[in-house]
Amino acid sequence: MNPAFINLAYLVASVLFIVCFIELSHPRTAVRGNILGALGMLLAVVATLVDKGILAGGQQAYLIIFGGVVVGSILGAMLALMVKMTAMPQMVALLNGFGGGASVLVAGAALHDAVRPGMLPPTLQLTVATVLSGLIGGVTFWGSLVAFDKLQEFLLPGRPILFKGQQLLNIVLGLVIVGLGVLIVMEPGDQWAYWALVGVASVLGILLTIPIGGADMPVAIALLNSYSGLAGAATGFVLNNNVLIIAGSLVGASGIILSQIMCKAMNRSLANVLMGGIEAGAAGAPKADDVYAGKVKSATAEEIAMLFDNASRVVIVPGYGMAVSQAQHAVRDLTNLLGAKGIDVEFAIHPVAGRMPGHMNVLLAEADIPYDKLKEMDEINPSFQQTDVAIVIGANDVVNPLARTDPNCAIAGMPILDVDKARTVVVIKRSLSPGFAGIPNPLFAMDNTLMFFSDGKKAITDLIAAVKEAS
Amino acid sequence: MQAFVVVLTVFVLAMFVGWMVITKVPPLLHTPLMSGSNAVSGITIIGAMLSIATPSHISTVLGFVAIVFATINVVGGFVVTNRMLAMFKKKD
Repeated sequence: MNPAFINLAYLVASVLFIVCFIELSHPRTAVRGNILGALGMLLAVVATLVDKGILAGGQQAYLIIFGGVVVGSILGAMLALMVKMTAMPQMVALLNGFGGGASVLVAGAALHDAVRPGMLPPTLQLTVATVLSGLIGGVTFWGSLVAFDKLQEFLLPGRPILFKGQQLLNIVLGLVIVGLGVLIVMEPGDQWAYWALVGVASVLGILLTIPIGGADMPVAIALLNSYSGLAGAATGFVLNNNVLIIAGSLVGASGIILSQIMCKAMNRSLANVLMGGIEAGAAGAPKADDVYAGKVKSATAEEIAMLFDNASRVVIVPGYGMAVSQAQHAVRDLTNLLGAKGIDVEFAIHPVAGRMPGHMNVLLAEADIPYDKLKEMDEINPSFQQTDVAIVIGANDVVNPLARTDPNCAIAGMPILDVDKARTVVVIKRSLSPGFAGIPNPLFAMDNTLMFFSDGKKAITDLIAAVKEAS
Repeated sequence: MQAFVVVLTVFVLAMFVGWMVITKVPPLLHTPLMSGSNAVSGITIIGAMLSIATPSHISTVLGFVAIVFATINVVGGFVVTNRMLAMFKKKD
């Protein structure tokens, strides 16, 4: 087949990927966009099947490709169909890792072929891009596996893991990678150097991810997402393949934008997040006893249910705790019940609520809550003053007024949801324990705040029973 | 050098397009955006297929594993994105 036709097919695939991203910007068109992206991928794969190299490989080449695609499809589909919506951050982390791993292997194979006896010496573009694929891909693969593990809390804890000399070790590893990279470029025949580089990059990937704690995971996942794209783009440079470069850079850009949005939503620099820096700043916060002593009011489900009698507007603020207690379906039932009483119920979603960008929206959509009820922070903040009851479920740092008032605390300057402006605030929480930032929350001690100490799901179920009882 | 400048041009322009398009995606859809873009980054499957097409057994083995990885990425990504997006409904 004329290579021009294959490249034309790649062009169409690239356009489909771009259209896919355009359509992902609205829930009405997003399903179609995703399907167009999948079609683009299918087209690119089918076009590659008639590449002259693969044609020359004959039946054996096709069998290997077919076998790989079947195995990968079964595993991928199983993962995608079985994963729980609450586990979506882990799922995305894992998929990022596979993308990075594939780039490492493809670049390694390309280097191996390029230095075969009888071949022309590889170009500078090929060797440099191979080094970058190995580096970014290795960091992505192992970084993603660590992120997956921390989210699952399987082997490693979710909190940041810091040790003395961590930064120094990272710098040393970085220098080793630069050294090996230079060696590969000068002497591409030394293939061991590539695999050594991948090995060091793997260790670096692990070390760069372990200091990132639970609530900072959205940034880590967005960043790893970006890396998986950039690794693909680097592999595109290795192979001189436009569709890899285009698709890879689209994803690279997407991940960078998302990690920027997440950092902005926490008023922290990317460097600060990556070094697990939130603990260092925690010293400036007031003592929990001073904040809470004698001021915290606890309420029962019946007392809270009475609040709804005269309410016309209720805003629910979900956080990671809602995901942990799987309370989203109970929340939906409460929403419907209040709606039936003529109360306007909306949801306030902080950009970093949960463990990945958009985490809360997916959970609430799963529970059949219409997406036009899910409001972004900037949109809903001015309306808290007209809100009768704000219900905070499993969120803490994102509603902490200290962010506005205490310039020395760990979350100083972080934009928060202004729930304290609501007439009454109900906080559903198991105890007064601090959130990820490790600082007390004066919201819990405010005059207009009622604490409802309970597990998230049980609290909402009790509340539903109490509301039904009262009416 | 000439060939490099061509692919570099493609890379820079694609980054720009990505930037323009993706800044328009609302926070509501950030999770599907991530899983969808994840699937797109599985485009490395093309590279993996091409590395089968060489006489070396080592490349073939690397290529096979890469195909499995990239396909998990592609199929897992698009299927899970579809599953999520199907849940986003407006009030009826």
